[in-house]
Amino acid sequence: MKPVKFDYYAPSSVEEALDTLAELGYDGKVLAGGQSLIAAMNFRMARPAALVDLNNIPELSYIKPTQDGGLAIGTMTRVNKVEYDPEVTKRFPLLSEVSKFIAHPQIRARGTFGGAIAHADPAGQLPSIAVLMNMELLIRGIGKERRVDGSDFIIGPFMTLIEPDEMLAEVVLRPLLPKTGSNYVQVSRQKGGYAQAAVSSLVSLDDKGRCKSVRLVFMAVGEVPILSQKAPEFLVGNAPSQEAFKAVSEAALEEIDPSTDLHGTAGYRRNLIRVLTVRCLTEAFDRAKRGG
Amino acid sequence: MSDLFPVTVTVNGQVYTREVEARQLLSDFLRHDLDLMGTHVGCEHGICGACTIIFDGEAVRSCLMFAVQANGHDIRTVESLGTPDKLHPLQQAFTEKHALQCGFCTPGFLMTLVPFLEKNPKPTEDEVREAIDGNICRCTGYEKIIEAAMDASKKMSSR
Repeated sequence: MKPVKFDYYAPSSVEEALDTLAELGYDGKVLAGGQSLIAAMNFRMARPAALVDLNNIPELSYIKPTQDGGLAIGTMTRVNKVEYDPEVTKRFPLLSEVSKFIAHPQIRARGTFGGAIAHADPAGQLPSIAVLMNMELLIRGIGKERRVDGSDFIIGPFMTLIEPDEMLAEVVLRPLLPKTGSNYVQVSRQKGGYAQAAVSSLVSLDDKGRCKSVRLVFMAVGEVPILSQKAPEFLVGNAPSQEAFKAVSEAALEEIDPSTDLHGTAGYRRNLIRVLTVRCLTEAFDRAKRGG
Repeated sequence: MSDLFPVTVTVNGQVYTREVEARQLLSDFLRHDLDLMGTHVGCEHGICGACTIIFDGEAVRSCLMFAVQANGHDIRTVESLGTPDKLHPLQQAFTEKHALQCGFCTPGFLMTLVPFLEKNPKPTEDEVREAIDGNICRCTGYEKIIEAAMDASKKMSSR
């Protein structure tokens, strides 16, 4: 099918884009890479009255270091630029690893890093990693800006804290602690297909080899990416062990809310989370021991 | 707001100027407005890969872009490769290795593999498999396509 008619605006600066968004209010929708939005419009599941296309604003595409040792990524940076960036690969190897699971190479060549996060698809890899890494999200409006934690950003399926007159302008990857390991595991029917369930983790060890911090996120088993509250209770302060990972995986079943669809039952997804949690934590702690 | 937007775009080295509705997909623009029927349209939601074209040097889905977004950009379609008398080395390898049967998916595979081979002249088989994970072929079972890509990479990098 084809999209319904809409008004189209292609601003050439962030200021112009913000003016247009403010004028349009709830009628306006930001077009970033369009790899989810245009597909939804083709099927007429999405019928925005007006699109504000950010593709003519080169200043929104960059990857640059921050003063505290992190990396700032412009919202329109294509996913494959992040995937293959040497600094990202060196300092945040999880992002290159996760990128391989995001649809297909042609989609990653057009899809954007910020657009994927702002889309907040419950089955989207990057929104879940934004929660996992607690990325800092810069939201801009006319004459105002605010920085929001990735943990707080997503408030429902396809819903975020961004107001109609605002846009996500930049995503900051905060520096990691020493002796940090990360991992992402998912099960899907085919490569590049929607995940039935996925688990990601970011863990760090202290000098004595005990768990210093742990973040564990479950994806595609609820309306939003779910940050485990139980994992730190079982792990922090102790030497990592298979027994502890199993305890976390059992507790996880109380934290998730998977649904049944054509591709798998809720029960199957619960079992996946149980298995993937142990796998994910085992490898993440091994990586932390090896220094990342 | 005016319903039509001017678009000037370079396709296969030729400059075209047309007026388009904002909602017109780039895939339909190439086929209907420029009469370049080599780009095929399959699923229209980014899964099948049949509509893959080269946009500013990168393989992308032309069904997931609007024609108006191509204004000022450079596009290559399958028509830019060989002619029936003088096939592109990748097309030649596809025919020799039986990498197509019905041919519907072929333009998408070619336009995915051409920039891939330009950037990775000596790929491994695994890298080829990853490069084409966004293209669906219902005839060949993929093995022949991978053989053809490996064969073409050897011929293209020795030229």
